[in-house]
Amino acid sequence: MKKGRFGDYGGQYIPETLMNELIDLEAAYNAFKQDDAFRSELKTLLDEYAGRPSLLYLAEKMTRDLGGAKVYLKREDLNHTGSHKINNVLGQALLAKKRGKTRVIAETGAGQHGVATATAAALLDLECEVFMGREDTERQALNVYRMELLGAKVHTVTSGTQTLKDAVNETMREWVSRVHDTHYVLGSVMGPHPFPTMVRDFQAVISAEARGQIIEREGKLPTAVLACVGGGSNAMGMFYHFIDDPQVRLIGCEAAGRGISTGEHAATISAGEIGVFHGMKSYFCQDEHGQISPVYSISAGLDYPGIGPEHAYLHDIGRAEYQPVTDEEAVDAFEYLSRTEGIICAIESAHAIAHARKIVPTLDNDDCVIICLSGRGDKDVAAIARYRGRNIDE
Amino acid sequence: MSRIPSAFAKGKALIGYVTGGDPRIKESEEYILSLIDAGASLIEIGIPFSDPIAEGPVIQASSLRALSVGTTIEDVFSLVSSLRQRTDIPLVLLTYLNPVLHYGYEAFFARCEQTGVDGIIVPDLPFDEKDEIDSIAKSHTVDVISMIAPTSAQRVAMIAAQATGFIYLVSSLGVTGVRSSISTDIDAIISVIRSITTVPIAVGFGIHTPEQAHAIAQKADGVIVGSGIVKRIAANPDKATQELAGYFKELRIALDA
Repeated sequence: MKKGRFGDYGGQYIPETLMNELIDLEAAYNAFKQDDAFRSELKTLLDEYAGRPSLLYLAEKMTRDLGGAKVYLKREDLNHTGSHKINNVLGQALLAKKRGKTRVIAETGAGQHGVATATAAALLDLECEVFMGREDTERQALNVYRMELLGAKVHTVTSGTQTLKDAVNETMREWVSRVHDTHYVLGSVMGPHPFPTMVRDFQAVISAEARGQIIEREGKLPTAVLACVGGGSNAMGMFYHFIDDPQVRLIGCEAAGRGISTGEHAATISAGEIGVFHGMKSYFCQDEHGQISPVYSISAGLDYPGIGPEHAYLHDIGRAEYQPVTDEEAVDAFEYLSRTEGIICAIESAHAIAHARKIVPTLDNDDCVIICLSGRGDKDVAAIARYRGRNIDE
Repeated sequence: MSRIPSAFAKGKALIGYVTGGDPRIKESEEYILSLIDAGASLIEIGIPFSDPIAEGPVIQASSLRALSVGTTIEDVFSLVSSLRQRTDIPLVLLTYLNPVLHYGYEAFFARCEQTGVDGIIVPDLPFDEKDEIDSIAKSHTVDVISMIAPTSAQRVAMIAAQATGFIYLVSSLGVTGVRSSISTDIDAIISVIRSITTVPIAVGFGIHTPEQAHAIAQKADGVIVGSGIVKRIAANPDKATQELAGYFKELRIALDA
């Protein structure tokens, strides 16, 4: 495969101004990932600061209730800052620091990646600015304040659809304007090479741990692993060390919003087409003229019109499957997991729980599945209450 | 045969950018013709895109205005066809890659050739990815314009060596938009380019005043003015003809001085 490509997907479709920076970033990443001191420093941060390894929790009540495969939850929600985002951010922030950068910028949808970036910046003494769509600053107000507490400056993005896609646009524009001292901590397995590979490597710790944990618990590999997919970073992290185990089904759950037929969704694989955007060739939700479509999901973190190029490739070769999950199904699953297991998960992760509720009953008692619980749900409580018709003050 | 060399044949080239369909195709045509009358040597026509990541607020807003009245690639091709009845100056399309990919590369460049497009500028297609469209564009005699940035460093020679049409030298970091001053040392970049190729160099991003245009023209072969035009259209969308003609005449005089 060509450098930076997954099949035909990926690449570096980015203004010339950024090309040398990307080339330099790739070289630095390749050097540091083999550097024992860097690896050990990152491992210490992940273990001592972020709280890794994360638990693999057997959800016994859910298992009994669904009556099929055993259900395990990979508890990324228990990481410091409350989601898997910290895995990638600590890697990139440390790398930025080693490269002599003094400032990091990031986009955020739900705010989880922004909070994680602001956290790492505080810890590593980096200046931090986060770009967030206006709509998201409203539905995730708590995370905006959290980022500010951590010392970050939050920019409200008012261009375009005022959500994650536009936050990425603005962060790229900022990076083009000030690249010499600034690293763009991209939050997902997307964007131009080397980001999809680098972010996947930093998130692969999820499946590296989960694979060992499930073999220790069950003495075998899982029948399936499930994760929600927006850009796809927790899913790539959850899939990666199982890709070479063909008996393990890899299932990504994408946001079908109000239903694919309504047009109000963010289900890129189900309804998108091949395109080039945000530095990569992949699948995108777009109209008949190649304009990027406004997308919709109750989940700010999945409200993105594209998907990482490696997912596009895994889809095309049939290695992974991508299933649409509606808002309603996700909210049901959010409430279900709260009541059944006493775990309030992120509305993003609830998309994976929702699909698991469909397939687990169809599997045997001998089977087991792992669902990546990518984040915690505190940030979503008020929005879910609103969805159910109750207005509560945050 | 590309018309692009003609833009640089008689003195310094004055290149103007207009977003196709802002505020409507009819006005775009009128405005482009007035720029040409006032001394433009080459016109860039933007195909509006939903997410123009290399553009500043002025051209972003222009793109959205064009899209809001339903402007499509086909409309822009009709605009080119219509302009070709009236002018022989080179016409270059500025577009992000996705609309072109979606239209189909072969169909797009065939249509370029048919309507009389001489070149294409794709801000999100760097040198390293130009194989995506290069041979198809060439087969339809459309130049893929190479961009060189202040950060290009050792890449300048590589890019210049394969450049055709003209070289679009980005004056400064950042996105498009008017700037009060240009601080990049473009002399050094220009001298590297000149040592490699005779392809003319036009400088863009931030240039909007006659003084800036004059200063740049001492070093480069042409200047590109975008946001300076677009913001005049935005200020008076239905009746910008006189304003644009006056603006471009001033720029033309500054370039020729």
